[in-house]
Amino acid sequence: MGLGFSFLIACALILGVLLGVEVLGLNYLFAVIIPYLAFGVFFFGFIAKILKWARSPVPFRIPTTCGQQKSLPWIKQNKIDNPSSKAGVVARMALEVLLFRSLFKNTKADLHEGGKLTYQWEKWLWLFGLIFHWSFFLVIVRHLRFFLDPVPGFIRILENVDGFFHVDLQALYLTGFGLLLAVTFLFLRRVVIPQVRYVSLAADYFPLFVLFTIAATGILMRYFSRVDVVAIKELAMGLVTFSPTVPEGISVLFYIHIFMVSTLLAYFPFSKLMHMGGIFMSPTRNMANNNRAERHINPWNPVVEVHTYEAYEDEFREKMAAVGLPLEKELSKDEAAATKA
Amino acid sequence: MKNRNVIIGLAIFVVLITIPFWYGAGKESKAPELSLDTPAIQALDEKKCIEDTEFMRSNHMELLNDWKVQVVREGNRIYVAEDGKEYLMSLQNTCLECHSNKEEFCDACHDYSGVEPNCWTCHVEPEEVK
Repeated sequence: MGLGFSFLIACALILGVLLGVEVLGLNYLFAVIIPYLAFGVFFFGFIAKILKWARSPVPFRIPTTCGQQKSLPWIKQNKIDNPSSKAGVVARMALEVLLFRSLFKNTKADLHEGGKLTYQWEKWLWLFGLIFHWSFFLVIVRHLRFFLDPVPGFIRILENVDGFFHVDLQALYLTGFGLLLAVTFLFLRRVVIPQVRYVSLAADYFPLFVLFTIAATGILMRYFSRVDVVAIKELAMGLVTFSPTVPEGISVLFYIHIFMVSTLLAYFPFSKLMHMGGIFMSPTRNMANNNRAERHINPWNPVVEVHTYEAYEDEFREKMAAVGLPLEKELSKDEAAATKA
Repeated sequence: MKNRNVIIGLAIFVVLITIPFWYGAGKESKAPELSLDTPAIQALDEKKCIEDTEFMRSNHMELLNDWKVQVVREGNRIYVAEDGKEYLMSLQNTCLECHSNKEEFCDACHDYSGVEPNCWTCHVEPEEVK
């Protein structure tokens, strides 16, 4: 259900561009208005979402731990998996964000005959997840060559490293193909593994279709159906200098590409893609496990009216004394005399 | 404390995501206009490249690559254009014959879009010929 729905939506979007550009000639809409709107939605939507999340209370220290806590001096602490200091938290966070360390610990559980449960080595999700995210990041950085004039040197260096392998006379960018390959794997994984398919929704498939289209059109434009790169840079520079122009002769492939990127940007703040910002705000990851060393008081504990035993005894001391109940603080002589009288 | 970190994080996000907008702020960026003012082109009756301009703008690298394969591997040196005219497949003797202004022609676009073609790792750059 989710799969077919996402696929239909993605196809409809592509057809929409084809129709809009080829038949109706709405080039300005697809090249200027929609990208601006999409960027605006992404930019403000992202910030609004983060601010909303920042306002939600985190009353408890709930770091997840996977190692020995800081304890007595002769017991060795696992400083990264059970951080007790800020440095440990930063190291844990950095490894998580840059290398997906928790995903590396992923295992595959299997139930065998006689109720025997086994856990198997499973690194493929980690590997392709890592390939996907790093490729996508480097592809985006490489694309800055269309948005910056003059092109800074570090982008040239990145292009040379990424395009180390040449086919015929041209550089073959590993990240471009890495992106397409990893997206394909992440999609097939959802379709082929029954358990994963069972928990997959339209919101899981849709970004994959959009990313697949972006990567595929990008590769098509670079290696197969050539486009006028200078005209595209002119368009991109027009957008970032707020003087947009739509040069003639840009292939419809490019319009599909930029429209899918716009779709992804506009969809971003409302979807699971927000894990980009959200990962930094995971309470189970970004806190030090120092619950025993320091006392953390819930900052929004309400003021509770209490009636302590001390106050209780003060109130009923005479009556308690009269029936002979034991008292923590005996009656003073005056009070005792008053009671007897 | 928590809020301070969120503000710092968001500030980094905003700065990074808006690089294209502030990198060239105030400066005007114009796509290069290619100069066709060379003696060989001026002498032509009909100022037309071997294929039409739009094709050449997007596909010249593909064409050159095909030429390389044809000449080096197949030994075929004659290119038949769309309109039936025949040309010698040669970067230095055909392309650069007309476009003898590498800096204003080739380099103008390549620098603008950050492309480093590797023609000149084998071929001699035109200036050095003179």
